[in-house]
Amino acid sequence: MSTAAPPVASDERLVAIGLGKRLLTRPDIGAFLGAIAVFLGFSYFARDVNWFGDPAIWASWSDQAAQYGIVAVPVALLMIGGEFDLSAGVMIGSSGLLLGYLATHADMNIWPAMVIVLLFGLTIGFLNGITVVKTRLPSFIVTLATFFILQGVNAALTLKLTGQTAIQDIDTAGGFDSARRWLASEITQYDFKVKVLWWVGLTIVGAWLLSKARFGNWIYSAGGDPVAARNIGVPVARTKVMLFMMTSGVASLMGIIEALELRSMQSKEGIGLEFIFIICAVVGGCLLTGGYGSVIGTFFGAAMLGMVQLGIVFAQWDSNWTFTFQGVILFLAVMLNTLIRNRAQKAR
Amino acid sequence: MIVAGEIGNGAPHLLQVENISKYFGSVVALNDVSAHANAGEVTCILGDNGAGKSSFIKIVSGVHEQDEGRMLVDGEDVRFHSPRDARARGIATVYQDLAMCPLMSIWRNFFLGEEPTKWRGPFSRLDVALAKRTAREQMAQMGIDVRDPEQPVGTLSGGERQAVAIARAIYFGARVLILDEPTSALGVKQAAIVLRYILQARDRGIGVIFITHNPHHAFPVGDHFILLNRGRVIGDYEKGTVTRDELVRQMAGGAELEALTHELEGLTASE
Repeated sequence: MSTAAPPVASDERLVAIGLGKRLLTRPDIGAFLGAIAVFLGFSYFARDVNWFGDPAIWASWSDQAAQYGIVAVPVALLMIGGEFDLSAGVMIGSSGLLLGYLATHADMNIWPAMVIVLLFGLTIGFLNGITVVKTRLPSFIVTLATFFILQGVNAALTLKLTGQTAIQDIDTAGGFDSARRWLASEITQYDFKVKVLWWVGLTIVGAWLLSKARFGNWIYSAGGDPVAARNIGVPVARTKVMLFMMTSGVASLMGIIEALELRSMQSKEGIGLEFIFIICAVVGGCLLTGGYGSVIGTFFGAAMLGMVQLGIVFAQWDSNWTFTFQGVILFLAVMLNTLIRNRAQKAR
Repeated sequence: MIVAGEIGNGAPHLLQVENISKYFGSVVALNDVSAHANAGEVTCILGDNGAGKSSFIKIVSGVHEQDEGRMLVDGEDVRFHSPRDARARGIATVYQDLAMCPLMSIWRNFFLGEEPTKWRGPFSRLDVALAKRTAREQMAQMGIDVRDPEQPVGTLSGGERQAVAIARAIYFGARVLILDEPTSALGVKQAAIVLRYILQARDRGIGVIFITHNPHHAFPVGDHFILLNRGRVIGDYEKGTVTRDELVRQMAGGAELEALTHELEGLTASE
């Protein structure tokens, strides 16, 4: 190339942008600051417990945060890809119940049963995705239908098969202890959960996928402008179907983790969590219109909601206030996102 | 004797369409249209709304197939069944919407769908450094010094965005570059900048087909001018054989414009 680009450092038009302003064009900074604010807030309001120094406090809120954060990773990627999955919550229940059924009623070893449950999750995700892509209906509607269908199946089949509203004694299955060690055990004397490591690991994988893999570029463009992306040769439909499969697959993993942890599974498990995942993603900077967002931010969003959940308990407030907190956080996050998006678009 | 599909010196045209017609039901969108593009030249297709410009683009870029007539690339008969076929022959189209995602960075948009990767298998990852460097270099060749390849495309001006789309098409092997009304949504200054990009592409040996309704934009950059009206060619001029005023007059429909001028003068007089 004869006209090589001049060295970056000497470009006089690159004005040094202040750190504050540069951070304000990043999608994940709001979630980070918000998590710190919530932490400091509860270290004041719930000062009966030691928020800074007591590892047991960290263990309990991170347990709650991992509960939200694991599935929030693929939900965030899906939202950046321009779609929603309202069935992500109920999938946790369906998967846990299926695992419980296979382990107790079909007398399967827990390991092959887990493989079947994951395949079940991927299949539901594939059906969600292919329906959205083929019918061009909003994913909000398609996955709302999946949500209600599975909710009914969970309750009705559990009652029919067991005569109860839950499947018990999952720990009688072969291989249960080894599976629990990997997915749902406590790893320190303070009862840090191993699922926190899964949360951190999935966040790293998701963030890498989004920023460093080819697939990440496709996710951004599938949500940013699907028509343009298709015209230029991006396999938009395939990208979206894969995102739906990832979401349902990880929800199934979460269902497995819960079944192993609790040793039983309620037929109503997971319902309502679909909105928590979406709140995590929105707090993490994901736009409802797609094309923009952050997995790292979603991590801090989940951390924030985990702290709120536990903080309200430690502050000895009525736990019903949790919903109000979540609503306020969602509202503030959307306002901040709009601001950041406008800055990113009109940075000049 | 000059055989069809050849320039005077015996070399075939880069792209030639001959007697092309296209019907949509009972509507005649194009009727017996012929045109050609040569490497290092700008062919302007001029026409008002409904003249058949879009149908022409869609046939040449492989979106539609012609009902009659033939198309030749390098003197070879071709028939495009999809935009992919056209691209494989080096015919790239930059549409008005530019096929870009405003919230994505310049380098991500530049390589969208053709991302460079390093390493193999499950660890295959974007070669971000290469992508950024290439995007900068290619933009520099268009005469644009990209400040920061991480900048979202939405923050670029309309002209700069056009330049990204043109640079991208050229980088990915376009020999014929079809530009669909690249100046229509731009202000005077930005339009002038885009016209300079067109000349830059021409100087790099690209055959440019410049679709526009504005003779003032076409005249300074065009090597030949083809005027369309109601799906027919109503004028075909080499550079130097036509004046700007003649182009404007023909575009506006000559006598019609005079009548309109009189009418407007009548309106202002009666006030």
